[in-house]
Amino acid sequence: MPADPSVQRHLGAAVLGLVGALALVAVLPATVAEAQESEECLACHGDPDLTTERDGRSVSLYISERRFGASVHAEMTCVGCHMDVAGMEGFHETPLEKVDCGACHDEIQAQHQASLHGQALKRGDPLAPRCVDCHGIHDIRPVADHDSPVSPLRVPFTCGRCHQEGSPVTQQREIHQDHILENFSESIHGEGLLRKGLIVAPNCASCHTAHNILPHTDDNSSIARSNIARTCTQCHAEIESVHQKVIRGELWEKEEHVLPACADCHPPHKIRKVFYDQGMADAECLECHGKTDLVAGDGRPLYVPQEVLRQSDHAQVACSQCHSGVNVSRKRPCETITQKVDCDSCHAEVGQQFEASIHGQLLARNDPNAPTCKECHGRHDVLGRLNPTSPIFATRIPTLCARCHREGEQAAARYEGPEHDIVKSYTESIHGKGLIKSGLVVTATCTNCHTPHGALPHDDPASSVNRANVPQTCGNCHHGIQEVFERSIHHTMVGQTEKDLPVCNDCHSAHTIQRADVDGFKLDIMQKCGRCHGEIASSYFDTYHGKVSQLGYTKTAKCYDCHGAHDILPVADPRSHLSRENVVQTCQRCHPGATRRFAGYLSHATHHDPDKYPWLFWTFWAMTGLLVGTFVVSGAHTLLWLPRALQMRRELREAEAAEQREIEEGAEALDAGKMDPGEGPPGTEPGPEGGE
Amino acid sequence: MDATKTRPLQFQRFDRLNRTLHILMIVSFMSLALTGMTLKFSYTGWAGVLSRMLGGFESAGFIHRGAATVMFGIFVTHLWDLNRKRRRDYEGSFWKMLTGPNTMLFTRRDLRELVGSLKWFVGTGPRPRYGRWTYWEKFDYFAVFWGIFVIGSTGLMLWFPVFFTRFLPGWFINVATIIHSDEALLATGFIFTVHFFNTHLRPEKFPMDLVVFTGRMPLAEFKRDKPAEFDELVASGKLEQNLIWPYQQVVIRTYRIIAWTALAVGTLMILWIIYAMVFAYR
Repeated sequence: MPADPSVQRHLGAAVLGLVGALALVAVLPATVAEAQESEECLACHGDPDLTTERDGRSVSLYISERRFGASVHAEMTCVGCHMDVAGMEGFHETPLEKVDCGACHDEIQAQHQASLHGQALKRGDPLAPRCVDCHGIHDIRPVADHDSPVSPLRVPFTCGRCHQEGSPVTQQREIHQDHILENFSESIHGEGLLRKGLIVAPNCASCHTAHNILPHTDDNSSIARSNIARTCTQCHAEIESVHQKVIRGELWEKEEHVLPACADCHPPHKIRKVFYDQGMADAECLECHGKTDLVAGDGRPLYVPQEVLRQSDHAQVACSQCHSGVNVSRKRPCETITQKVDCDSCHAEVGQQFEASIHGQLLARNDPNAPTCKECHGRHDVLGRLNPTSPIFATRIPTLCARCHREGEQAAARYEGPEHDIVKSYTESIHGKGLIKSGLVVTATCTNCHTPHGALPHDDPASSVNRANVPQTCGNCHHGIQEVFERSIHHTMVGQTEKDLPVCNDCHSAHTIQRADVDGFKLDIMQKCGRCHGEIASSYFDTYHGKVSQLGYTKTAKCYDCHGAHDILPVADPRSHLSRENVVQTCQRCHPGATRRFAGYLSHATHHDPDKYPWLFWTFWAMTGLLVGTFVVSGAHTLLWLPRALQMRRELREAEAAEQREIEEGAEALDAGKMDPGEGPPGTEPGPEGGE
Repeated sequence: MDATKTRPLQFQRFDRLNRTLHILMIVSFMSLALTGMTLKFSYTGWAGVLSRMLGGFESAGFIHRGAATVMFGIFVTHLWDLNRKRRRDYEGSFWKMLTGPNTMLFTRRDLRELVGSLKWFVGTGPRPRYGRWTYWEKFDYFAVFWGIFVIGSTGLMLWFPVFFTRFLPGWFINVATIIHSDEALLATGFIFTVHFFNTHLRPEKFPMDLVVFTGRMPLAEFKRDKPAEFDELVASGKLEQNLIWPYQQVVIRTYRIIAWTALAVGTLMILWIIYAMVFAYR
């Protein structure tokens, strides 16, 4: 094996040492080797920098004296485990043989070898755990030590290293249970152990044993059907007699061959603190509540329609599981019920989310408008969200939320923010149309963005619609966009600014979100860019592109046509659409044949900045000068002319009037027969002036 | 025919080709101004309405370039006509044409007439005896020459930016935009105010001087307006050659409608320009 340079350097010395040691062994009695002190090993292995190379990786060979001293093996010498090092002195060839724990712990080793883990190890499964994977190496602590990875409080995490959801073991090996660690931590056992710190509460090893872990199909397994009762009764000592009372011997009487095992009713890893009240069968409840005319003292109907209950998702749940606190020894067992139905007893996780949500907070403040579970999920008719007749089926969610959040309703009346007419806006939005018109149940509804149970106002940092979380929330469906956006200058991971960087809804809006390929949106987006990039947007509107879009047409370059949309980057970034490498290509998308010179067009030019654009500035002012000069001169000329022209007009009118008078006089004279009709007044005929 | 023949003969100031070119010029100029201004004043609400009426910015652009082509055609035809006149009336000599009495070039006489006009305006002299082309008419004429050169060349740059940026830097297009747009504003403003006043709206002609459409003016008016030319023609005996029967009333009425329409459109555009420049400017 290739030696580490530091080792190689001392190879000569090591060989010498080895020869010396062999010589010693030949001479000295064996007891000398046993007496070899651990200090001798620590002379090298006490150096934190000591490393070697294994499979191309640098591996530390450092052994902390302090930690070893605190371990269960503190009293032992190194040679006690690393037997092959016995007799060596100074340097030794790396590596040593693997330590065989079974040399001392032979019984446990035998159990392990027979177990699921041991069998896997034998097959050469790279995922199979060895002693050190759970117990550690030189720092092995006793079980009673709370720092030990095999102490009761830490066992779930030690096992969870391999058995948590998503690990290679759960993905690549056949494990029949899922979410083991999560379910356990929510179960009554997990709660006792992990939250209340009761180290007597069962951990993984309590049921599965520590070393003798076997699949439940193996008759020798602690969790085999035939052994489960024994395993559970280790703690639940009297449970069998209680259990017999619970089922009142009914099953034994009717179906003798069926003997339920604990796990049939208490699913493994999910055990909850549910009170299965003693034999409280639904039939007993329905004796009264099956009557349609049953009402409470205050007039509330107490009739429970059986068909509805039977078709609900709780068809398999007994009345008393929800309506807890009944006492079968009473004539009316329900008279001892003091608490309202607490869904949390089964739906703990959801319950916690709800409590943290704005709905839950309002409820905690006894707000009369606060919704509880039943407002959305119904009561006895509760159905899952995938059932099309359920009120929480995707297509019905907007209607459901609208009951309170429609304009004028209680939730909308309380709201003081800028989003109004949310239900109406939503139905007209692309999401609403997708859901309602196209019937796409994968479209975003209220709960996709606001979460079903954890809805919070947007200014709460934990809210799914908080600025910081919006890209993630939208990315739940638009993941491809999220990936692109995360690399853009607008994303907080890239952009470094003290101002708020835009998130999805700053450009797309929230409830009024439109398709991005309609004209209205395309034009609107420029105003959105302009909200932050005011100056650059206004100078854009001075150019041809800007003017055309200002007229309301989209077939021209708009912000995102050049800069990109979700992948926007500074021009200086080589990946930007406008970087030196890409800009010509970007222009060519609309202007085929565009050259680098063409790309020199100033698409945000303004003629108001003499420093930045001197040519434009001076051209503009030269043209303005020309305009003003021309108008002043010609205007003055015209205005000076006007009085004379008016005077001329007056004189003309007078001359015309004089002519008219002459004609009239002439006509009168003609009437009197004194004048020759050939002689008209001058100027009315071309005759004399015409020079005919 | 009989009806017209009973009325007095009139002086023919413009020939058929020039009148046709002027009408074409009105149509193309108005189209160019209207379509161009929708872009220049795109920030006013009117621009959007107008642009939509014209069928969108692409259709407006099409009209703009079509009208520009017509304008170039008018320009070329005019040059061809000048060349024809040189051969026919000036024995093929440019020199004779450009130094003759009917030259469009500014002469010392124009300077005298300008000074004389100013004196007349302030009441210290008589009205100058203007000839065939007054100095303001010559100014209008060369303004069009200048305008076609400046607006036309920059317009071509904006029409074919990819071609022009093969040998010009990209920012030339920006400069061309400013020149094109401001020179067009100058042209529009000048034509619809000063030119309208000088040649059509002067109080003594008010409300409409149709000579540029009909090509004819009553002899009395000709004598009063261009006394020098009148005297010259009388002296050389060529006046008779330039007399022509007036148009029928229906033709005159048609021209009147055309003229009034152009006047109205031009005036509306002036109002729009004032609104856009003064009240809505950004």
